[in-house]
Amino acid sequence: MSDVILKVENLDVHFRSSASIVKAVNGVNITLKKKETLGIVGESGSGKSVTATALMRLLPKGIGSIPNGKITFNGKDILSLSDKEMRDVRGNEIAMIFQDPMTSLNPVFTVGDQIEEAVRTHQQMSKKEAKKKAIEMLKVVGIPEPEKRVKMYPHEFSGGMRQRVMIAIALSCNPKLLIADEPTTALDVTVQAQILELMKSLQEKNDTSIIMITHDLGVVWEMCDKVIVMYAGNTVESGTVETIYENPLHPYTWGLLESQITKNTLNGDKLPAIPGSPPDLRNPIPGCNFADRCPYAKEICSTTKPQPIEVELGHIVSCHFQTNSNRLERKERVYIE
Amino acid sequence: MSEVVIKVENLKKHFPINEAVPFKKSTQSVKAVDGVSFEVYKGETLGIVGESGCGKSTMARLINQLIRPTEGVVEFKGKNLATLGSKEIRSIRKSIQMVFQNPYASLDPRKTIEYLIAEPLAIHHIGDAKSRKKRVIELLEVVGLSGYHAERYVHEFSGGQRQRINIARALALNPDIIICDEPVSALDVSVQAQVINLLKDLQRKFDLTYIFISHDLNVVRYICDRIAVMYLGKIVEIGTYEELYENPKHPYTKALLSAIPKENPFDKKERILLEGDVPSPVNPPPGCSFHKRCPHAMEHCKKDVPAFVDLGETQKVACHLYS
Repeated sequence: MSDVILKVENLDVHFRSSASIVKAVNGVNITLKKKETLGIVGESGSGKSVTATALMRLLPKGIGSIPNGKITFNGKDILSLSDKEMRDVRGNEIAMIFQDPMTSLNPVFTVGDQIEEAVRTHQQMSKKEAKKKAIEMLKVVGIPEPEKRVKMYPHEFSGGMRQRVMIAIALSCNPKLLIADEPTTALDVTVQAQILELMKSLQEKNDTSIIMITHDLGVVWEMCDKVIVMYAGNTVESGTVETIYENPLHPYTWGLLESQITKNTLNGDKLPAIPGSPPDLRNPIPGCNFADRCPYAKEICSTTKPQPIEVELGHIVSCHFQTNSNRLERKERVYIE
Repeated sequence: MSEVVIKVENLKKHFPINEAVPFKKSTQSVKAVDGVSFEVYKGETLGIVGESGCGKSTMARLINQLIRPTEGVVEFKGKNLATLGSKEIRSIRKSIQMVFQNPYASLDPRKTIEYLIAEPLAIHHIGDAKSRKKRVIELLEVVGLSGYHAERYVHEFSGGQRQRINIARALALNPDIIICDEPVSALDVSVQAQVINLLKDLQRKFDLTYIFISHDLNVVRYICDRIAVMYLGKIVEIGTYEELYENPKHPYTKALLSAIPKENPFDKKERILLEGDVPSPVNPPPGCSFHKRCPHAMEHCKKDVPAFVDLGETQKVACHLYS
C-alpha cells in the first residue's frame, strides 16, 4: 500500500452564496498510485474542477468549505496542514496545469522569470542556477532555441507553446502529483496530440502521478488508467478505463458514451443525446441527481439517494438498480429523442 | 448536382498591419484568406476544418460580406455580392444568416428573448408587432423551447438553450443558408448532441444549406456532406466526408485525422505528429505553405505553389505528390 500517493475519502465541498448553500461535490473518493493516471470526466458544473481546487486547498476563503472528507497525500493529511506548510506542498509536490494557457501566465514577466520563480520558491537555488534550470525545463518540454525563448514574454508564444511553458513550470520542482485541469481543451487537435504525448513521456521519465480533468472521453482513453465519472457533484461510476468502456453500468455513463461522436457514428443518423440539462445544485435533491434525466428512473430514484456499491473489484457504481443482486437491462437507443 | 447557392472564386482577404509610423502606408499584411475557391450546393452541409488561425472565421464573414474581400468573388445564387451596394447587401443577408460560437457573448443580456428573436424581423420591416410576436413563439417551438420563454432574459438559460435561441434568431428570416461558426464547440457533449440533432432536423424541415465551421473533426464528419480542409488561408483538400476520412490525400489532412484522440482504450493509433506550429500568415512560406511541417516535402514544394488536382468526382487536393 505504500505506493498509494493520494487518497481522498468522502470529500464534500460546499459553496456559500447569498441565499443558499451549493453542494458542489458530494462524497468523492480517489485512490491514486504512483505513476498512475486518473481521469475525471463530466459536464460543466459536475464538480471536476472544484475537486481539483479542493485538493490544492485553493477554494476561495469564506465561500468554499470542506465540511467532510479526508485528503491524504504522500502520508500527509492535507486538510490539517497550516497555510505555510501547504504552500510548501503546493507547486512543489503537487503541481497544477490550468485550462487556459492564454490567461494563466503573467504577461508582464518573461517566461524565464516565471519558471525561475517556481524553482526558487521551493528550492535553495541561486539566481544563476535557476536560470539554467529554466532553460533546461524549456528544453525538456520541447521548445526550440530555449536560450533565446527564455527571455521572451508570453504574448510571443502560441497557445500550444504557452501550455508547454505551463507544463515546464509545473514540472520544474519534480512534483509527485500533477493535476491537469482540461489542459488541451483550448488547443487544436494537432497541438493536443503533441501535448498529450509530451505529458506521457514526462510521466514515464519522472514517475509522476497525474489527475486529468476533462470532458473529452477521447483524452481519457488516450491517457488514463482509471476514470471517475462525475455528474452534478456526485461520482456516479468509477473503475479502470477498460471496464468503463466495456462494461459501463450507470445510465449516465451510457448516455455519455453514446453521445460521443466516433467514426462508427453514421453520417445522417440521429445522434443519441441525454434530454434535459443538469439540475440546479442550490436546491437540495432528495434522490439521485440524475433521476429527472434518466430514462430508467423509477419512484425510488427521486426519493432516496443511491449508495456507491462495488460491483466488481475496483468498479464502483451509484445506482439503485445496479447492485450485486440486481442489474438493469440496457436498452438500445433510449437516448434518441 | 443540384443548384449552386454560394460560389466563391479566388477569394482573398489581406488585413494590413499598421506600422508605428503615421501616414505611412503599411507594406505588410496578414493573409487571412489567400485565394480560396469552392461551391456550395443547395441542401448540403459544407464543413470547413482547420487549426486556429487558418482563416475559417474570416471566410465566414467574407461570405455574408460583413467584411469586404481584398480580391475575388462571392456569388450568391448567381449574383456577385461585391458589385452590390450596402442596401442590396442588407436585403441579401436575409438569406444568409449566421450562428456564432459563444452563446454567452452573442446574445444581449439586457433584452428579452422576444426582442432578440424579433430583432431581425424589425430590422427588415417584416410584419407588425402582433405578427412578430406570433412568429417568435412559433420559432421558439421550432427549436425545442416553449412560448413562455419569450419574456425571459438570457441569463436564465443554459448554454445549450442559448444556442437554440441563436438558431431561432437565425431562422427568423427564412434564410437559404446558415453559416454556423463553431456552433457546438462551447457546449458539453450531451448538450452538443442535442444541438446537432436540432440543426439536422431543421435542415430537413426547411431545406436549409449549411456552411459548418469547426475544429472538431468528429462533429464535422458526422454532420457534413462535403468537407474543405484549410491551412494558412488556403484550402488544401476538399471532398465528400467519405472520401476525406476513408482516403485522405493531403499530408496535412492525414496528420489532422491522425491527431483525433482514441475512440476506446484498446485503440492503437498510428500518429503522424506534426512538428512545430502553424507559420505566421504575415509571411507564409513560399511554395506550398505546408512544406515546413510536411513529412513528404520535396525540393520543388519550397518553390512552386501546388495547383488543385481533381481526384475522382468530388475530391480535389492541392499537393505536389499528386500532380
